[in-house]
Amino acid sequence: MIETIGLVCVGILLLIGAGFALVGAIGLLKLPDSMTRLHAPTKVGTVGIGALLLASMIHAWVLGAGSFHEVLIMAFLFVTAPISANFLAKTNMHKNACDTPPKPPRDDTWSTYAVPAHDGALTQKMDDKPAAKG
Amino acid sequence: MTKAFNWLLPHPILTLLLAVVWTLLQNSVSAGMVVFGVILGIIIPLMTAAWWPDRPQGFRLGKMINYSLIVMWDILVANIEVAKIVLFVPVADLKPAWIIIPLDLKEPEAITILAGTITLTPGTVSADLSDKGHSLLVHVLHTDDPDAEVATIKSRYEARLKEIFV
Repeated sequence: MIETIGLVCVGILLLIGAGFALVGAIGLLKLPDSMTRLHAPTKVGTVGIGALLLASMIHAWVLGAGSFHEVLIMAFLFVTAPISANFLAKTNMHKNACDTPPKPPRDDTWSTYAVPAHDGALTQKMDDKPAAKG
Repeated sequence: MTKAFNWLLPHPILTLLLAVVWTLLQNSVSAGMVVFGVILGIIIPLMTAAWWPDRPQGFRLGKMINYSLIVMWDILVANIEVAKIVLFVPVADLKPAWIIIPLDLKEPEAITILAGTITLTPGTVSADLSDKGHSLLVHVLHTDDPDAEVATIKSRYEARLKEIFV
């Protein structure tokens, strides 16, 4: 009995997870520029992968070989996903692939634009390349 | 006694976290592995203390757990909203915007958690910090009222983080 309920839960969670992953993929195709495209997969991915991992966990528990690794996968994913999104956003800012962000009200500039003097030559070289737009 | 405790466990919550992660990695609870996890949890913070000079002093674990639950619920709700935007809002009607969040938080750890929360909650990505750390640059996928977004983030997340890091 419990096995049946568990397996039904697993099935529903798999469908939810797959559905969200599909929405993420559609967003990646549909959204117009790299900054908005960043939203679809990183976001929808959290619930999509969460549902799939939960399904895996329930499946393991129902069949008797309980597993906690999924909790760890989830935790590490939640810690690392924002960092990659952050790097992609900064790359977009440098490549001018998005609207130029407004200046910060209290400080001089955004920290990704604040280059120490001895690194100046390096970034100069990067900025000389024509920005790939569109 | 307190001094010895502070010396051995400069960061008790990190110790606990390392022990729990180690035990979860084993995928089975046995006394030996828990003890080894605790040993790792004591040694690693001691060895890395030199690279972490200004660790936050006050940290309320209870409020942090409460905060995590709120964030998880928000992730769920906002995911459905973003899914709706992706599926049903035509590209021409999309209103992406940059918003700037003036920060009251000072601790780098607290700002990191705030930035991570903003990125995990769908519809917003934190892009950058200003060079002296007073404001956070956030990109919003679709918004009619950027000021309302700023107010929500400040009242819902930042106010709570201020109570966690005291």
